[in-house]
Amino acid sequence: MEELDVRRLLCPMPVIRTQNKVNSMATGEELRVVGTDPGMLNDIPTWCRINGHEVLAMEENQGEYVVHLRAQHT
Amino acid sequence: MSHTQMPADKPFKRKALALVSGGLDSMLAVRVIQEQGVEVEGVNFYTGFCVEGHTQAIRERDKNKNKRNDALWVAEQLGIKLHIIDISEEYKDVVLNPKHGYGAHLNPCLDCKIFMVNQATLMLSKAREMAGDEGFDFIITGEVIGQRPKSQLKWTMPVIARESGADDRLLRPLSALNLEPTLPEREGWVNRDELHGFSGRNRKPQIELAEKFGLTEFAQPAGGCCFLTHEAYSNKLADLWQAQNKRDYELDDIMLLKVGRHIRPQPHFKMIVSREEGEGNFLQGYRYLYPSLEIVSHRGPLTLIDGEFTGDDDLALAASIAARFSQGRSAEEVVVAFREPNGVAREITVQPMRPDQIDPTWHVGEHRPNIPPAPQEQGA
Repeated sequence: MEELDVRRLLCPMPVIRTQNKVNSMATGEELRVVGTDPGMLNDIPTWCRINGHEVLAMEENQGEYVVHLRAQHT
Repeated sequence: MSHTQMPADKPFKRKALALVSGGLDSMLAVRVIQEQGVEVEGVNFYTGFCVEGHTQAIRERDKNKNKRNDALWVAEQLGIKLHIIDISEEYKDVVLNPKHGYGAHLNPCLDCKIFMVNQATLMLSKAREMAGDEGFDFIITGEVIGQRPKSQLKWTMPVIARESGADDRLLRPLSALNLEPTLPEREGWVNRDELHGFSGRNRKPQIELAEKFGLTEFAQPAGGCCFLTHEAYSNKLADLWQAQNKRDYELDDIMLLKVGRHIRPQPHFKMIVSREEGEGNFLQGYRYLYPSLEIVSHRGPLTLIDGEFTGDDDLALAASIAARFSQGRSAEEVVVAFREPNGVAREITVQPMRPDQIDPTWHVGEHRPNIPPAPQEQGA
């Protein structure tokens, strides 16, 4: 599984980087996005819902946030 | 699959690309067009000057505020796909050298709108190239005549259509009845009679239309969602240009203009002083790029230095100003650590500056400095 580092980036950059990365992935591939802006826990799942991708898990530990998702291109 | 393979009885669905800011007007524009059976996708541009989220993400006191991205939220409410595009690099040219000039502050609203519609037009052309008639047929925006003093006026509407290259593929559903019919109206892709003729700064028609659509929650930022329409922010940007004697900026510069207290005690350096813990944490991330001051003997702010000290006098001046904002402000002596970006540090002991010793003109953002000429005019 690939990891995308969006640490220190502020809204909406984490979601833009996620979008650009997922658009280059095949359906079924998974991605872990790791960042420091708590807004990403809202924005990335919203972006996933709009575009049909699946959020598998979200975590928060020690000021870092993780969104784990699976690409689903429709 | 091209549409020619579709069964003849299936109606062909036209497709529009909408500029979605996250505000109410663009939301309504999309909804009006969706009502007519047109399929809509949204595009949102990140310029670097977007207000949304940043200060909330940084400032401790705003940590509990809703941190959603309005454009994404709107897209979900409308059930449309949203493309978010980082145009911050290309956007510099719009801010540094706007052909149509600035508004009340350093807001290049008309050039900005032309730029964004042009970007959408390029997307439209590219999609048509790749998907033919299955690409986008036209562009919609939430523009309303008279809504914004610099860009949304009767005369600017055709200027935006022409200079963006969108021409008559640009439809403003909320103000269409005040404008000449566009291609989608003439071709019957949308019914002009069901479009609107809003104008002026009165928001009542929009609120009523929102109610009609059952939209009860929406963002209505005062002065728009762009920092360039904010006076203090524009003044800080003007100060930056004046200090470097040319109009230019890096993304870090414009990010830092959103954070902290900005004080320029000398023309060749500016201090960025954190006002609270969240800002201090944010500025920490820049210590590898900028020299910094930290109060050692007392609790106090973190200060970044933008510029260079020419000697120890500058250091002592900056340290005494920084000490003024620490809990040692009434103490005889405060110990301040000066740290270079490479990590080399030394300590200095200063007397905190008294409030009356701080020249009011040092406070960046409270007055509008003169700005240097636009890049192309230099050396001419």
